Amino acid sequence: MTQTVLWLAQRITAAILAVCVVVHLATIIYAVQGGLTAAEILGRTRGNTAWLAFYSLFVVAVAIHAPIGLRPVLGEWLKWRGVSREIALSFFSIFLVLLGMRAVIGVFA
Amino acid sequence: MSRWVAHVHRISGVALTLFLPLHFWALGNALQLDSFLAWTEQPLVKLGEWAIVIALAAHLGGGLRVLALEFLPLLDWQKSLAAVAAAVTLAVGLALALAL
Amino acid sequence: MRVLVKRSSAFQEFEVPRHPSQTVLDVVTYIQRKLDPTLAYRYACRVGMCGSCAMTVNGVPRWTCRTHVDRVARNDELRIGPLKNFPVIRDLVTDMREFFDKWARAQGRFQGGRTRHDDFEKVAPDSPERKAADAGIECIGCAVCYSACNVVAANPEYLGPAALNRAWTLVKDARSVDVIDKLRAVAGDAGCHACHTHMDCTERCPKRLSPTAAIAGLKRATAKAALKGEL
Repeated sequence: MTQTVLWLAQRITAAILAVCVVVHLATIIYAVQGGLTAAEILGRTRGNTAWLAFYSLFVVAVAIHAPIGLRPVLGEWLKWRGVSREIALSFFSIFLVLLGMRAVIGVFA
Repeated sequence: MSRWVAHVHRISGVALTLFLPLHFWALGNALQLDSFLAWTEQPLVKLGEWAIVIALAAHLGGGLRVLALEFLPLLDWQKSLAAVAAAVTLAVGLALALAL
Repeated sequence: MRVLVKRSSAFQEFEVPRHPSQTVLDVVTYIQRKLDPTLAYRYACRVGMCGSCAMTVNGVPRWTCRTHVDRVARNDELRIGPLKNFPVIRDLVTDMREFFDKWARAQGRFQGGRTRHDDFEKVAPDSPERKAADAGIECIGCAVCYSACNVVAANPEYLGPAALNRAWTLVKDARSVDVIDKLRAVAGDAGCHACHTHMDCTERCPKRLSPTAAIAGLKRATAKAALKGEL
């Protein structure tokens, strides 16, 4: 049952991330033209609630997708299985959410 | 062939997972961004950026292949080709765009 | 030609005469009958129907009776070994028990609900369900797919492509009364969710079946059942 739910979460976030990644890369390529300065970037992003929402979704999707993806790698290559793996991955997920939202708020709030 | 696409998919996934916390941490230090941006001008960092973009393209391509195989009733061999093509196109396009 | 046969941990070398239309099974049989009677190997039908003669030929699992030497020999040399992912009993003979135990764990057996007093289940041969089942029912349990799979190698619990393929054909069988039980048996780290679509099984299956497609079907079916709260 749980693996089924994980599988579903993985595929759904994959579809969300496919869209997010394409948007993100297109945006970055556009923004990178003509060099980067902090003021330039932050001038565009600060206070922008639409982008804040978009990147919040991006962070949450990644925080779900990456640990689930890492799970079989740990199990097959490091032979790490059992509850300790699930706990470690849950912490990693929370870590990504915290660090990610810190970045999102720092750039867009 | 499919096995190599799957291996690349896995390796790129691991690389991205390792990169992501760094990316978030750097962005979270938004106030010091200019000094950080100066650091990113170094050639090794540029190489790393390009590698991450390739990893992203490869992972996206491989991922689209998995989604296609799991959800669409297409012929199996076609799916491998399609995703490899997608990943390569995306990677090349991005690499070119970033180089501009 | 030079033939290297894996016996326990080392390769033993033999010189075998080459003939047109010679199969790898011909080669192994020649070695055992003319050169070294102590060589242990399995075969039965020798015409590509039973799957008993499966071995690793130049690194790849194949039916040796259906593998022509001309197709696989490299520089007039052949390397023959037992099927990978199995414990070796002796020389080219492997212990197949786990393969069949996993088949049973995947509930790879039919469970119907009708008796001789009931009418037949009417199954339309061109219904999508039946077509999906038909695509996988020709499996003879030769274990080439299981031998080719590197998830089997990395994950000792993994039920494997053949068992899951069979489970799928039964899930799609309109007469099966225990579909949810079957889905429960194949969901999880040992089941369909451990498949990473490397597709070695599909590539190597001598009957041209696609366990990858069957496993994908199981992934979708288990997800659907989970969303409905049935799993």
